[in-house]
Amino acid sequence: MTKSLPKYAAYLIVGAGALIMLAPFYFMFVFATQSRTDIFNVPPPLWFNGELLNNIGVLTTRLPFWKNVGWSLYVGLMSTALTLLFCSMAGYAFAMLEFRFKKALFALVMGTMMVPAFMNMIPSFMVMDALGWIDTHRALYLPGAASAFGIFLMRQFAASTVPHELINAARIDGCSELGIYWRIALPLMKPALGTLGLITFISSWNNFMNPLIVMRTAENYTLPLALRSLFSTTSTEWGALMAGSAIATLPLLVLFVVSSRQLIAGLTAGAVK
Amino acid sequence: MSLRLPSHWAPYVLVSPFLILFAVFGLFPLLFSLWLAFQSWEPTSGIEAMKFVGLDNFVFALTDGWFWKALRNTLWLATASGVPQHLVALPLAVFLHQAFGRWRGLFSGAYFLPYITSTVAIAMLFGSLFSTDYGLVNQALHALFGTENINWMRSPQAIKPAVAIVVFWRYVGFNLVLYLAALQTIPHDLYQAAKLDGANAWQQFWRITLPGLKPMILFGVTLSIIGGMQLFEEPFILTNGKGGADQAAMTVAMYLYREAFDFSDFGGASALAWIMFGLIALLTWLTNQAFAERRAVA
Repeated sequence: MTKSLPKYAAYLIVGAGALIMLAPFYFMFVFATQSRTDIFNVPPPLWFNGELLNNIGVLTTRLPFWKNVGWSLYVGLMSTALTLLFCSMAGYAFAMLEFRFKKALFALVMGTMMVPAFMNMIPSFMVMDALGWIDTHRALYLPGAASAFGIFLMRQFAASTVPHELINAARIDGCSELGIYWRIALPLMKPALGTLGLITFISSWNNFMNPLIVMRTAENYTLPLALRSLFSTTSTEWGALMAGSAIATLPLLVLFVVSSRQLIAGLTAGAVK
Repeated sequence: MSLRLPSHWAPYVLVSPFLILFAVFGLFPLLFSLWLAFQSWEPTSGIEAMKFVGLDNFVFALTDGWFWKALRNTLWLATASGVPQHLVALPLAVFLHQAFGRWRGLFSGAYFLPYITSTVAIAMLFGSLFSTDYGLVNQALHALFGTENINWMRSPQAIKPAVAIVVFWRYVGFNLVLYLAALQTIPHDLYQAAKLDGANAWQQFWRITLPGLKPMILFGVTLSIIGGMQLFEEPFILTNGKGGADQAAMTVAMYLYREAFDFSDFGGASALAWIMFGLIALLTWLTNQAFAERRAVA
């Protein structure tokens, strides 16, 4: 730590970079409070204005906006609940129990992580069509509810935190296998459940490709799809659009501030192992 | 849980949701798409209208000028957004690792934030920032360099960099976090020993840091290649699904979407998906080979 000059250079570069990374968010919130024309003033608006409610007013007349927000919440919560249940079940089984085809099945789980999203675009549309699930919300939360990533995360965590002795002791006491999962393993897996829950909710909240393929009516749209439909009209209501984008971003910012460490660790878990 | 079933069934009960969902929404669609790739079929004419056409769909895709254009666009965008991600993320991670102590989390969080934000919200915002006449980017460029307004969204030359900038901004923090995690696994003793031997900071970086990061570089680059070849949401939303002026920002994944859902050619689009899958596998393999060879020489 003898040379302080390089250290200050590092502070400067990293700090300036961080400002550039955050600036778009700042402008998103500033623009959300500006009228459609003021956004493109010369010089551009750098501070907040009083048009937020007007912008939200435009949003709610052009879109069933609060309904769209509600659907996003509903789909996000459903997919989080189901993902936590299904992935913890499978992850626990892969980590703690012995059964036939276990290795092959787990290889299958890992294999599905490699399949690019566009491979599933056409056939999953056809499956939804065949099931009559087009324009329904379960088409958004059910198919991904046993995600390979989630199972992998749960397996890693269970393997390192659930003690085999505890499970054996419960077995001797006559606890059923499913009871052991539910009453002993699941409470021990709480931290990982929290991480997976956050990741699942966020990716559902942001999901664009799946709703694009299966949703049909604006009444049923989730937030990203609804916002995009506003973009496609000929004269874009930029103020309203920015207000909508800000509302779509705000919950994520809050979640991130509260839990960034946990989130980052979870999202890079596959890499670091 | 009062239900009692033979205990050797329990594992299968526990993995059954995965198995069922995977069979219905994972495996079956994948096999079906492989089968579709050899059929000529428009979904509106019913399942009976499906006709086996052998390799026709593949031949058509590979002789289709639009596919090659989309592939060139994709490679351009993947390179222009992917290479800078790593060239920026790696040194930044080293700076953060060496000089930031307890503020590290805060700063890496700032870089990571775009990764967890909605693509639609981001694309909307950048759509306004890149607006031609009075957009913030053009105003800033004019103020700083006196440049003429660039028609970001409507000129084929400018739309590609615009999309690449958005993609870069979105994913650079993810790579930063990967490198930061890898840096923490390099033993501190190595640096101490190097310092005793009189190695300067630059030599330490080339001889210790970079070799130590190699596995993570391979991992990060592989993820960038896989992600870059699948680019869909950012260009799709920024160009309203159409690919922009002269289709200059139409990626293969976007072309595939249009072929299926705008032109109802499900067979052709499925063939395209499998061609891309093969290409991604090939590129991933080549990357691994390149890294393995380097390791053997070193």
